[in-house]
Amino acid sequence: MVLLESGFSSPRNDVFPAGLRVLVVDDDPTWLKILEKMLKKCSYEVTTCGLARDALNLLREKKDGYDIVISDVNMPDMDGFKLLEHVGLEMDLPVIMMSVDGETSRVMKGVQHGACDYLLKPIRMKELRNIWQHVFRKKIHEVRDIESLEGIESIQMTRSGCDLFDDGHFLGGDDTTSGRKRKDADNKHEDRDLSDPSSTKKARVIWTVDLHQKFVKAVNQIGFDKVGPKKILDLMNIPRLTRENVASHLQKYRLYLSRLQKESDIKNSFIGMKHSDPPNNSTASFGLHKPSNTMPDDVLNGTYSFPMNNSLVQTVDVKGQGDRHGIASVPVAEPKGALSKDIPDSHKTKSSQMSFDHSLGSAASGVSFASFGSTTPARYSWTEIPEIQSKVEYEPVQPENGFNQLPLPEPSMIEKEVNRSRTEVKPLFDEYRSNLVGHSSPADLVDLFPVQSKNQTLKNQVFDPIFATKSSIKTKDISQNCLADSEFAQRNLNATGREVTLASLPEDLQIFWLQGDGYPMNIALQNFDFPEYNDPALIDETPFYSYDAPRLDHEHFFDPTEYYAIDQGLFV
Amino acid sequence: MARRMLDASNQGLLLQFWLATSSLSKGKTRMDRNRLQHQAASMRRSLFDQGYLDEPFIQLEELQDDASPNFVQEIVTLFYTDSARLIQNIEHALNSRPIDFDKLDDYMHQFKGSSSSIRAKKVTNECTVFREYCSAENAEGCMRSFQQVKQDYAILRRKLEVYLQMVRQAAVSQKA
Repeated sequence: MVLLESGFSSPRNDVFPAGLRVLVVDDDPTWLKILEKMLKKCSYEVTTCGLARDALNLLREKKDGYDIVISDVNMPDMDGFKLLEHVGLEMDLPVIMMSVDGETSRVMKGVQHGACDYLLKPIRMKELRNIWQHVFRKKIHEVRDIESLEGIESIQMTRSGCDLFDDGHFLGGDDTTSGRKRKDADNKHEDRDLSDPSSTKKARVIWTVDLHQKFVKAVNQIGFDKVGPKKILDLMNIPRLTRENVASHLQKYRLYLSRLQKESDIKNSFIGMKHSDPPNNSTASFGLHKPSNTMPDDVLNGTYSFPMNNSLVQTVDVKGQGDRHGIASVPVAEPKGALSKDIPDSHKTKSSQMSFDHSLGSAASGVSFASFGSTTPARYSWTEIPEIQSKVEYEPVQPENGFNQLPLPEPSMIEKEVNRSRTEVKPLFDEYRSNLVGHSSPADLVDLFPVQSKNQTLKNQVFDPIFATKSSIKTKDISQNCLADSEFAQRNLNATGREVTLASLPEDLQIFWLQGDGYPMNIALQNFDFPEYNDPALIDETPFYSYDAPRLDHEHFFDPTEYYAIDQGLFV
Repeated sequence: MARRMLDASNQGLLLQFWLATSSLSKGKTRMDRNRLQHQAASMRRSLFDQGYLDEPFIQLEELQDDASPNFVQEIVTLFYTDSARLIQNIEHALNSRPIDFDKLDDYMHQFKGSSSSIRAKKVTNECTVFREYCSAENAEGCMRSFQQVKQDYAILRRKLEVYLQMVRQAAVSQKA
């Protein structure tokens, strides 16, 4: 039962809080009606929704169409907490949870997942009257955030990302994809413009892959335990990035990590995947594959070193490298030098990233994105991800010599990812990539993956069978793998592990994630110490990393294209 | 026993109400109208006193206004359909073997949420008891509790019906 209020697109006028645009999600029709009436009495603009899925679609279609979301905890199609996370990460809207169950543990869970408030049913009018405070609070914080990200990196990233993504439109094919792209492009503009803080538009800091990488690196350097926004900010040393930006980002990151940790057991399967290093060229170029243990240097490594974060950390790193993904495809062929460069600088992921970025920008753009392009379509079509993935993923891989090499090193990883959840797909992907990259030798990978696989509990049963079969495969011939949908994705993941896979991985990972929550992936990454993301490919996907909803991440980290993929895939 | 007596008193009210309404048709007098409203108020009070409806129920009534004059009625109707379905599901789940307690808990949670929408205190409380038995996987306790829930629910429905009718009549008479 979706009742759309007309004209909800109009932003609040000056009589705040009147006109507040509220989206109510509840499977109980009685409550929907009551809440609608109550909110109307508060002079709010109400839109009701009986399904979480519909709600997310609504939110995505109209990015600025709502100011706040009120959602029930128990819903049939999707857990309220999950919806909460998605909204928080993707749209960054304040979300209020409600339930007839007021147990402390539930309330705590709500807050943990980022809820602004937790109301108990039956809900009183006065409680609803005050919800505008959450909107106001967020607005204030956002204003501060807007200022910061004018950083070159972000702009560059977004720009290059935009171009690249435009080319590779995701087949995903929803109109939302294109709509998203437009939106993302617009968002980027807005963000860059440092729009008037007092405007109703919510300008957000765009956490590009590059930026995120820096962030993760900083976090790793400081030590996850001792990390603090100020420290991170100092380490990152990005002009115009404010402490608030970092703080909110850190919070999300933490959430993501904690989630990954839970999934850690799921991921183990992936670890087993150890991709066999692409024997030749790619590996050579990538040279980066260091023994799994050498990950620490890499940005990725940083993340992995954190025991707690495990997956999260890793994925994050991967993400940073995400930008490079485009390069991955390309680099394999040529910028090997570049890649290798990165490796040595593992510590300086940033620099490596930069180099990648550069190379990416130039060389990769065409190549990498091309590969991605093919893959991205796959990515975006979440529903058909398996199929597409296989098709798409492999194609790019094949052309690239290096990449082909990367057989799905970690079939298990991929599987895991797939299983885990769609959203997690992304993170897994990153993990895989990182893992793949890091492991110079298949053996390493294998070791790593098994661990991961354990962590990654395959959530998606669909992929389970596939993964099982795959893990044993070190696919050099990615093409073969392409056949199976999930296999494909897996392969990609595995294959991408190394250089090649990187490129394809992102896509694969993405796809997988989409299919299944990608938590597991992150975990898998943890284990691996992703030493080198050499593969640019990995980089691009990394942005999606970890957050439970890769989708959400991509918004921040990835170019629009990534968002598309994620968005589509997340809720499939 | 006590319950029956209460019912009787309610029925008494109901009777009065009907008498009043019938007199209305003969000729609406202000006195009759007032009496009707009085009846409605006291009926409502009795519902509250007996714990069948919560004070917040009044809030529901407050939501009713010119824009949606039948708001309370719509809500209650929605509640009826939803809760009837849930009761059926619960019955079914209770009668199946082996009992799926998770599902039962789920249904009951929904039912609890539903009854809280009209602020039915008693039913909601009984649902909590049921859920406790459920989590303890006590089939016997669940059965018993559910019987209680059904009873309370049935009574609630009856009263709501009556109440609504009174309200409707009062509204009609007011318009006249």
